[in-house]
Amino acid sequence: MEKFILKNFTLIRTIIAIAIGVAVSVLLIYLISATPSGSLKYFFVGPLLSKSRLSNVFEMAAPIMLCGVAIAVAFQAEQFNIGAEGALYISAAVATAFAVSTHMPAILHIPLTILIAACVGAAWGFVPGILKAKLGASELVATLMMNYIAYFLGLYLINYHFRDKSAGYLVSYALPETARLGQFIPGTRMHWGIILAVIIAVLVYFFLYHTTTGYEIRMTGSNRKFARFGGINIIKVVILSQVISGALAGVGGIFEVMGIHGRFNWQTSPGYGWDGVIVAIIGRNHPILIIFASLFLSYLRVGGSVVNLMADVPTEMVSVIQSVIILLITAEAFLSRWKYRITVREAEREEKIHESAS
Amino acid sequence: MSTILEIENILKVYPDGVIANRDVSLRVEDNTIHAVVGENGAGKSTLMKIIFGITSPQEGTIRFRGKEVRFKSPNDAIRSGIGMVHQHLMLAPDLTVAENMVLGIEPRKRKLFLDQEETLRTSKKVSEEYGLDVPVEKKIRDLPIGVRQRVEILKALFRNAELLILDEPTAVLTPQEVEVLFKTLFKLKENGKTILFISHKLKEVKQIADRVTVMRDSRVITTEEASHLTEEKIAHLMVGRDIAGDRLPPSPALGDIRMSVRDLCYVTDENIRALNNINFDLRAGEILGLAGVEGNGQTYLIKTLTGLLEPTSGDILLENRNIAGLSPRQVRELGLSHIPEDRMDDGVAEHTSLEENFIVDRYYKQPFSRGIRLRWKDITSHSMDLIKRFQILTKNSRTPVGSLSGGNIQKVVVARELSSDPEVIIAAQPTRGVDVGSEEHIHSILKEARDRGKAVFLVSADLDEILKLSTRVIVIYNGGLVAHFPDASAVTDKDLGPYMLGVKKEEGSSGKIHP
Ligand SMILES: Nc1ncnc2c1ncn2[C@@H]1O[C@H](COP(=O)(O)OP(=O)(O)OP(=O)(O)O)[C@@H](O)[C@H]1O
Ligand SMILES: [Mg+2]
Repeated sequence: MEKFILKNFTLIRTIIAIAIGVAVSVLLIYLISATPSGSLKYFFVGPLLSKSRLSNVFEMAAPIMLCGVAIAVAFQAEQFNIGAEGALYISAAVATAFAVSTHMPAILHIPLTILIAACVGAAWGFVPGILKAKLGASELVATLMMNYIAYFLGLYLINYHFRDKSAGYLVSYALPETARLGQFIPGTRMHWGIILAVIIAVLVYFFLYHTTTGYEIRMTGSNRKFARFGGINIIKVVILSQVISGALAGVGGIFEVMGIHGRFNWQTSPGYGWDGVIVAIIGRNHPILIIFASLFLSYLRVGGSVVNLMADVPTEMVSVIQSVIILLITAEAFLSRWKYRITVREAEREEKIHESAS
Repeated sequence: MSTILEIENILKVYPDGVIANRDVSLRVEDNTIHAVVGENGAGKSTLMKIIFGITSPQEGTIRFRGKEVRFKSPNDAIRSGIGMVHQHLMLAPDLTVAENMVLGIEPRKRKLFLDQEETLRTSKKVSEEYGLDVPVEKKIRDLPIGVRQRVEILKALFRNAELLILDEPTAVLTPQEVEVLFKTLFKLKENGKTILFISHKLKEVKQIADRVTVMRDSRVITTEEASHLTEEKIAHLMVGRDIAGDRLPPSPALGDIRMSVRDLCYVTDENIRALNNINFDLRAGEILGLAGVEGNGQTYLIKTLTGLLEPTSGDILLENRNIAGLSPRQVRELGLSHIPEDRMDDGVAEHTSLEENFIVDRYYKQPFSRGIRLRWKDITSHSMDLIKRFQILTKNSRTPVGSLSGGNIQKVVVARELSSDPEVIIAAQPTRGVDVGSEEHIHSILKEARDRGKAVFLVSADLDEILKLSTRVIVIYNGGLVAHFPDASAVTDKDLGPYMLGVKKEEGSSGKIHP
């Protein structure tokens, strides 16, 4: 039993953290809601109550997931990156512009649109990368500032050049059918982009842990001097990690445009890049864990909006509850003493077996 | 004589399940110098950390001055009168010596502001009181390591330490600095202090310790009066066999020139000439020793030779190619390997596994990867092989390097660098912090490389090591080469001393030795 706990400690800890977070949420909801049992139900199982809400969970998870792995790639190289939001925004805007102004069969149109988003994102990541590698400029500041540039540039592009004046609100022209990602479950909004996002996350996992370039990224992140000593070109790695990061975030944005709205309709930045930071932390920069972390986060978000819609719990409270859960999961030291005690008992036991054997 | 520290039946298990101390008992008598020796990973540092309250044991009792204590943190230990200087020094590099000394117990003006004058005054006073000379107004980062260590000792004394713990204090010191340190320790003993210290150098243990405790495999084997022991006997107790300490037999044959350095200069950003017209040749089948007091340009020389630093001028010919200014990868590809001076800085990434540390110079080659794909199976078996061959004490090959003991981390680095089948080996402090058994092992590997016709450039602060291994010896002083001894077997440390200290220079040479 104790051996089992030790082996799966992180998983068990996460489950316990969620359980405590849930308990705290229950308490809070009882305090503020007139109909606590109804509110609780909406909050925790709300997303499961209808096909469309369940679909909401997955469609929201896709861009968060891609931003999460994007940020993880940069983090693994010990590069800060809070620019996923900007990369996502500008890539989606430019790729939308491309998609609405070209005509070709879907077999070309879809991949080319995605490719353009990836390239714009990559170029967007290249800037802070090269600034850091060549001039030592803080990538934290650079990526943050570039979010503003991306936002206003994207808005300008869509509102002044690709705006659909026949629509009643500020959106781009609709993407032609040849540049859309269809639904894999008809009648829902579950589009192929969701599947692609999961596949990409798995590929990023493979990239980081099973390829030479991934190794270079991780070693540079772990100890830059050591990497250089061993012959790794750390300038290349720093730039590359930001480029890949930007490309992944860019793809995350265009999937949503191609799969759900069919237009670029973000007048405010959607915030997936920030959620990406959260899931990268919850998932400890591990792409596979990030897949689950983003599903979990969007489940919480959808549950929050359901309870907000159907009961009397205000959005602010929903955010508080979400934060409590996330905080507990990310707390490194949480339960570490417990783990330690088990380890010691286990070691002593093995020692005794050893001694009696010899 | 009374007992100042009494430890009984300590059991310590680390979070990853490694048992570092089992049933450890130890008595330290008041006003003595007590040495703790043992192989790498025997549990010495762990025991010291337990005494100092850095980590707590699962079982056992500690009595300090007859009273049972249970320190929750180093602060508790300091308050009771215990001080510790760690294996890796822990001073704030941007603060001055004085500021470091008063850190945490600063004299204050109006309860809020640091009282600069009082800080300087008290630091000076303490420094004079113990006769330990330190430049109190200088920043730590500008000081050589020997002086920094004195600051650490003063810092502990300033906090009224009665028992001073020193974890491998001499590993980073030059012989001259070691002598100064020992004078200090004797003086402290005269002043009534007690000293507990760890060292792998048995000569030192014999020289200053009153009593010696030997640890092996997480247990205490014995504690004896130092006068009853010889170096050989201690070594035998530690590793359970005899250790040969003789000089190497001469090289079978000197081969061709493998590396030649011509007019090498390096000028730092602060416009200091760190290397001044260095010239030498390195031949196949020899170990060329570089002697010198630390800080005379060795670090710059090693870095320029290995591609980590581009020289200001001059040539470095390796296999007939000028490698000055090439990247570390390019230099390694030409058959050079490098054991770095500072294992924690350059040698390993401590949060990654042994496997990942073993392949940093070869991950892109067969069989470790094919195309872009890493082949973990081959990496693991390669790692298991190195662990076995170099007798590295670790749970398994996926353990993070940082949780190994100091000496075992060194072995990880040496194992990697010597297993790439290099033609030229730049070995800087290759046995720093490793126990006598492993030292012998590393030495025999270097010798074997030499006998197979490899060229070895050995840089060491340990003169005994230089003299034991080298075929020829050159001496560096103040950025230039000042002496060349073509036959190391005829050289003693007395011959080298005057050159190392700059009082003598070989005739007709102003740093232009050309061996
Ligand atoms: N933080 C840690 N986590 C897990 N294991 C550790 C940790 N620190 C030390 N160990 C293990 O405990 C054992 C004893 O280590 P310790 O550092 O006490 O050895 P040591 O006698 O000081 O060796 P050295 O002479 O090489 O410095 C080793 O097996 C080491 O791998
Ligand atoms: Mg140690």
